[in-house]
Amino acid sequence: MAEFQWSEWLPYIFAALMGIAILVYVILDGFDLGIGILSPLADDTQKDRMVSAIGPFWDANETWLVLAVGLLLVAFPVAHGVILTTLYFPVAVLLIGLILRGVAFEFRAKVSLDAKPSWNRMFFIGSLMSALAQGYMLGLYVLGLDTSWPAVGFAALVAVCLAAAYAAIGAAWLIHKTEGTLQVRAVKWLRASLGLVALGMAAISLATPLASTRIWDRWLGFPESLILAPLPILTVALFVWLWRLSGRMPLEGDRLNLAPFAALAGIFALGFAGLAWSFYPYVVPGQITIAEAASATESLAIILVGTLFVLPVITGYSIWAYRIFGGKAVDLRYD
Amino acid sequence: MDALLLSRIQFAANISFHILFPTITIALGWLLLWFRLRFNRTGDQAYMDAYFFWVKVFALSFAMGVVSGITMSFQFGTNWPGFMERVGNIAGPLLAYEVLTAFFLEAVFLGIMLFGSRRVSARVHTLATFLVAFGTTMSAFWILVLNSWMHTPQGFEMRDGVAHATDWFAIVFNPSMPYRLVHVLLASGLTVAFLVAGLSALRWLAGDRAKGTFLALRTGLTMGAVLIPLQILAGDLHGLNTLEHQPQKVAAMEGNWETGPRVPLLLFAIPDEEARENRFELGIPGGASLILKHDIDGVVPGLNDFVAEDGTVLHPPVKPLFFAFRIMVGVGFAMLFISWIGAWMIWRRGDINRPMAYVLVPMALSGWVATLAGWYTTEIGRQPWLVDGVLKTSDAVAALPATSVGITLVAYLLVYAGLITAYLSVIIALALKAAKTPHEAPPGINTAGINPDPAMVLGLEGNGRG
Repeated sequence: MAEFQWSEWLPYIFAALMGIAILVYVILDGFDLGIGILSPLADDTQKDRMVSAIGPFWDANETWLVLAVGLLLVAFPVAHGVILTTLYFPVAVLLIGLILRGVAFEFRAKVSLDAKPSWNRMFFIGSLMSALAQGYMLGLYVLGLDTSWPAVGFAALVAVCLAAAYAAIGAAWLIHKTEGTLQVRAVKWLRASLGLVALGMAAISLATPLASTRIWDRWLGFPESLILAPLPILTVALFVWLWRLSGRMPLEGDRLNLAPFAALAGIFALGFAGLAWSFYPYVVPGQITIAEAASATESLAIILVGTLFVLPVITGYSIWAYRIFGGKAVDLRYD
Repeated sequence: MDALLLSRIQFAANISFHILFPTITIALGWLLLWFRLRFNRTGDQAYMDAYFFWVKVFALSFAMGVVSGITMSFQFGTNWPGFMERVGNIAGPLLAYEVLTAFFLEAVFLGIMLFGSRRVSARVHTLATFLVAFGTTMSAFWILVLNSWMHTPQGFEMRDGVAHATDWFAIVFNPSMPYRLVHVLLASGLTVAFLVAGLSALRWLAGDRAKGTFLALRTGLTMGAVLIPLQILAGDLHGLNTLEHQPQKVAAMEGNWETGPRVPLLLFAIPDEEARENRFELGIPGGASLILKHDIDGVVPGLNDFVAEDGTVLHPPVKPLFFAFRIMVGVGFAMLFISWIGAWMIWRRGDINRPMAYVLVPMALSGWVATLAGWYTTEIGRQPWLVDGVLKTSDAVAALPATSVGITLVAYLLVYAGLITAYLSVIIALALKAAKTPHEAPPGINTAGINPDPAMVLGLEGNGRG
C-alpha cells in the first residue's frame, strides 16, 4: 500500500475546505443578497422587516466569502492570480456591490427619513450587482475562463439565473422569518423565481459537458453516469417537491416554514457537488490542477492545524448566534 | 500613466480609505467595553447612554471597514499576483489566521453586540462586546505582523525565487513588529479619544449637558492626555528601530542627504531630488543627531549612501516622506497641548469652555490625519521594495492594461468619496440629533446578572438625566 503523503493530500484537503466555504457562502449570503434583490418589491414597513431578518447575520455570512478567497489566496496563490486577473472587471463590480450593500444596512437605519429611500436603492443596487457579478464569474469559470462572445453571453445568462436563485433563497428565508402579508408575498416571490433557477441549473448542466470532452466523459461514461444519476434525480425531485409545497404555503400553524429554505440549500449543495465533480482535479478548469497550484507543504500544514481547531469553534458560535436571533424577525434596535 | 503607477494609486486609495475605519473600531471597541463594564458596576444609565450612542458610530465604522477590507483581499489577486506567488508561503498563513481568529469572531459577535442587548443577559452582552473588541485587535495584530515582516523580513529562505518559511517565530516576532503594533494601537486610541471628545464637544455646543455626554467627553480627553505622551515615546522608539533596519527611510524623513555628525533637525525645507539638496532649509543644528543617536555628534545616515554605482536610486522618494512625517509629528504635538489643557479644565473645573469646544470639534478628525500621514511615511518609505530587499513593487504587479486599472480606480474613488461624505455627515447628524433628543431609559434592556450597589444607583438618580 502506498505511504500516506501529507504533501500530496494537503492540497486536496484545502480544495475541499475552499469548496465548503464557497457553498456555505452561497447559501448564507445568498439569502442576504436575495432579500436585497427583492427589496424594491416591498413597501416601506416590509423593507424594514426584511432588513431585520438579515441584520444580525449578514456580516458573519459575508465572512465566508473572505474565507473562501483567503483559502484560494493562501493555498493556491498561482490560481488566485490567474482567476482574479482574468475576472478583473466582474470582481470590481462584485466588490463595489458588496461595499454598497454592506454600508446601506447601516446608513438606511441612521439617516433622516428623506434620505432613507436613496440608501434603500443602494441596498438593492449593491445586492443585485454582487449577485450578477458572481453569476457572471461562475459562467465564465465553468467554460474554463473563456472570454469569447458566446461565453460572455452564456455568463450573462448564468448571472441572471444566479440572481434569481438568490432571490429564491432570500424569499425562502423570509418565509421562515416573517408572518402575515409579507410571508404570503415571499411565497409568491419564491415561486416566481424558481423557473429561472431551474433554467440556470439546466444551462450549466448542458453547457459544461458540451464545452469540454473531459467533462463529457466524466458524466456520461459508464459506470459514471449510473453512479452520478442520483445527483440530477434528487435535484429534480427537490424542485418538484418545493414547487408543490410552496403552492400550498403558508400552511396551518406555520408548519414547515423552514422547509423551502432547506430544500433550496439542498438544491444548491447538489448543484455544487455536480460542479465539483466536473472540475476535479482542476482549480483553473483545463489549465491548472489542484496539485500544481498548491503552496508549500509547510505553509499549508500550519494553516490546517489552526483551521482544524478554529473552524469547529466558528461553526459553534455561528449556530449559537443564529439561535439567539431565532424565531420571527422583530424590529432591530440597538438599545 | 502606466499600469504600475495606477495600480499603486489604486492600492493606496483602497488602503487609505480602509485604514480610517479599523483605526476607529479597534479602540472604540474597548471603549464600549469600558462603558458597558462601568454600567454593570454602577448601574448608572448615563454609561449606557454613552454606550448606545457610540455603538452606532461603531456599527457604521465597522461596516465601512469590513467592506473596504474585502476589497483589499481581492486586490492581492487582481492587481498584485506577484506578491502571493513570491511570498505567499509566508503572507498566506498570516492572512488565513486573521480570517480564522479575528474576522469570524468580530462578525458573529457584532450582531449580538448591536442587537442583542434585550435578547441575552448582561453578562453575555458584555462578553459579546469584549469579543468584538478582542477580534478587532487580533485582526490588527495579524495584519501588522505581515506588514512588519514586509518591512523587516526574516525567518525564511528563497528557493527558486519563492520565499519558504523556516522559522515562524522569527516571522511573527520580526524586529519591527512590536514597535509598529504598539504605535498603531496607540494611534487607534488617540483617534478614538479625539473623535469622542470632538463629537461630544459638538453636542456640548448644541446645548447637550446630559451626563452621558459629559462622561464621554471626559473619557475622550483623559484618554488623549494619557496616550499622547506614550505615543511620542513609542514613535521615538519605532524611529530608532527603523534607523537600524531601514536607514534610507529615516534619511528621507529627515531630508538628510549626506552621512555625517551634527545633522540638523529640519523644521522646514523643500527637498529637491533632481539637485539632491534641500531648499529653504530651517533647522535646529545637531537636532537630528540628538534625537536619532541621543548624541549631538552622532553620525546619521544620508540619502547619498543609497545610490548604486550605476546611478540607480535605492532610497524612497524624499518629498512625500519628509512632509508626511512632519504632518504626523505636528498633529501629535497639537494633540498633546489640546488634550492636556482640555483634561486639566475638566478635572479642575468640571466642564470645558466654548473656545475649547470650538477647538475640539475639528480635532475630531486629527487622528485620521496623523494616522494617514504616519502610514504614508512608513509605506512609501519601503519603496522601491514591496518586501524589503526581497521583492520589488514593480515585480509584483499584474500585467493589466492601464485603461482597465484606470477605469476601476475612478470607480473606487467615486464610491469612496461618496461614502466618506455620507459617513461624516451621518455621524455629525447623529450627534446633533442625540443632543436634541431628551434621554429616556430604553425599555426592556436585559439587566440580568447586574447587581449594582443600590446606594450608588440612588445617589446618581436625579442628576443622571440631563
